[in-house]
Amino acid sequence: MADMILVVAEQREGKLNRVSFETIAAAQAIAKETGWVVEVVLPGSGVAALAQELAGKAIAKVYELDGAALAAYTSDAYVYALKAFIEEKQPKLVLFPHTYQVRDFAPRLALALDRTLISDATGYKYEGGALRFTRQMFQGKFAADVSFGGDAPWMATIQIGAFRGDQAAAGSSAVENVTAVVANTPARVVPHEVFQEAKQTVNLSQAEVIVAVGRGIKEQKNMLLAENLAAALGGEVAASRPICDNGWLPLERQIGSSGQTVAPKLYIALGVSGAIQHIVGMKGARTIVAINKDPEAPIFEIADVGVVGDLFQIVPALTEEIKKAKGSQ
Amino acid sequence: MKILVCMKQVPQKDAPLRLNESGTWIRDDVSWETNEPDAYALEEALRQKEKHGGEVAVITAGPARSQQVLREALAKGADRAIHLEDDRFAQMDAANTARAIAAAIEGEAFDLIVTGLQSDDFGAAQTGVLLAEILGIPHATIIIGIEKTDSGLKLKRELEAGHYQHIEMTMPAVLTIQSGINKLRYATLIGIKQAKTKPMRKVAWAEVEGKLSKHVQKIEKLYVPGSQKKTRKIDAPAGEAAKQLVEYLRNEARVL
Repeated sequence: MADMILVVAEQREGKLNRVSFETIAAAQAIAKETGWVVEVVLPGSGVAALAQELAGKAIAKVYELDGAALAAYTSDAYVYALKAFIEEKQPKLVLFPHTYQVRDFAPRLALALDRTLISDATGYKYEGGALRFTRQMFQGKFAADVSFGGDAPWMATIQIGAFRGDQAAAGSSAVENVTAVVANTPARVVPHEVFQEAKQTVNLSQAEVIVAVGRGIKEQKNMLLAENLAAALGGEVAASRPICDNGWLPLERQIGSSGQTVAPKLYIALGVSGAIQHIVGMKGARTIVAINKDPEAPIFEIADVGVVGDLFQIVPALTEEIKKAKGSQ
Repeated sequence: MKILVCMKQVPQKDAPLRLNESGTWIRDDVSWETNEPDAYALEEALRQKEKHGGEVAVITAGPARSQQVLREALAKGADRAIHLEDDRFAQMDAANTARAIAAAIEGEAFDLIVTGLQSDDFGAAQTGVLLAEILGIPHATIIIGIEKTDSGLKLKRELEAGHYQHIEMTMPAVLTIQSGINKLRYATLIGIKQAKTKPMRKVAWAEVEGKLSKHVQKIEKLYVPGSQKKTRKIDAPAGEAAKQLVEYLRNEARVL
């Protein structure tokens, strides 16, 4: 039997998480270099239609891992069912999208299989038969090439946005229904329904211009600088997580993995260091401008224009220049 | 409730980091601080103790310098500390860190173990989850609300893109705590004074070595990532930088 890469796809409440396709794209890329085959497993209950959707990609097979215990997500049920499944299929490599759900169960699944999990990989290297994954460390200030200790199955989670889901090669594969193995012990966790807090009053995903604020803004009163700049540009103000934690902006204006994902025409980052959790929410922006006093801030790695300097001097000057420019149009 | 808080010392947020000679880790001569999400986990533990009674113990795995994290926690109100003290803990992967912690608390029956959702150095977001697996108890991640009930815990989990979920869970359990769940307290002068007399148990490498796995993830190479884009750098006084930027936005990016 050929060596196999198993992608664990994700669905929630009858909807496929689109980032599953990014992980399929990663698996296809690795398969191209290694000659391994790609298979996909989708845990859930009654998710045949979603499995069919996955089968539209160039993969060898889709397994619909089916069980009532998998209807509403719990880490216990997922670990139990996937452990049995992986032990039976013996993949060489298991890949997951780095979602909150995966973060919740995949480390535990790896340990249950007596393996380790490389989390939040942004890429891979296959050299001389050795597979390594690249991941960010120290809040994105460094990248690391990490190797697995021990034998296959090797396991890794793929960072959101690291591969393009729309580039997953299309094809046609068979879907096989597999009954999930369920523990016969009482449940330790009872999940309730997923909900949203209040109705959103802004939709940042529709904004053409976003001025985002990070820790570098230092004090709440300095938020006015960002507001003035946004007003001059006709854009919206947003922030990284710490700013919203401080209550300086409402949570609905938070950009990043736990907040909004945006892709405006122009994204101006003021004093945003560029931690991974923020980057995943905005790296699709067409033009990214970063203003930061730290020349080594990771935000500069994805910026189209980087201004190294004091935002408290640059932003007022920039606001004035923009007003002038707009006035002369 | 008997609560354990797992904490870690990480480089200060603004500290300029440099690579060591072998290019596999950072040089140690930087400023250090408590991993921010762990500070929130400690605060939550202290609040639970204030509501329900019991005790709060704190644990860290790291070199002598990391004792500072424990001292600060004791000054804020933790009752006792456990220090897995050895240089080798500094770059240990999440699985072995969890094994070391489990070994150090063997025989203790904590009702609740909390830790930050991830560390600012590795950022693997795994240690808490793995500790639960080793101890054979349930866990939940990215928690932003904890309520003790008669039968266990009622928790609020953060999901992606502004979604949330309540879950109920039996105790003992491990929870990973999201930053911003509460407002952090400062240590008081009297707290700092009292901290000096609180128990600090040291656990040596040799005491846990037998529990560690040889199958570890290895950082083959640590390096400054290359720019993913052709970034144009503007390096000029504020007024001039603003002019250049507007010119770029108007004529090249065409967004003005």
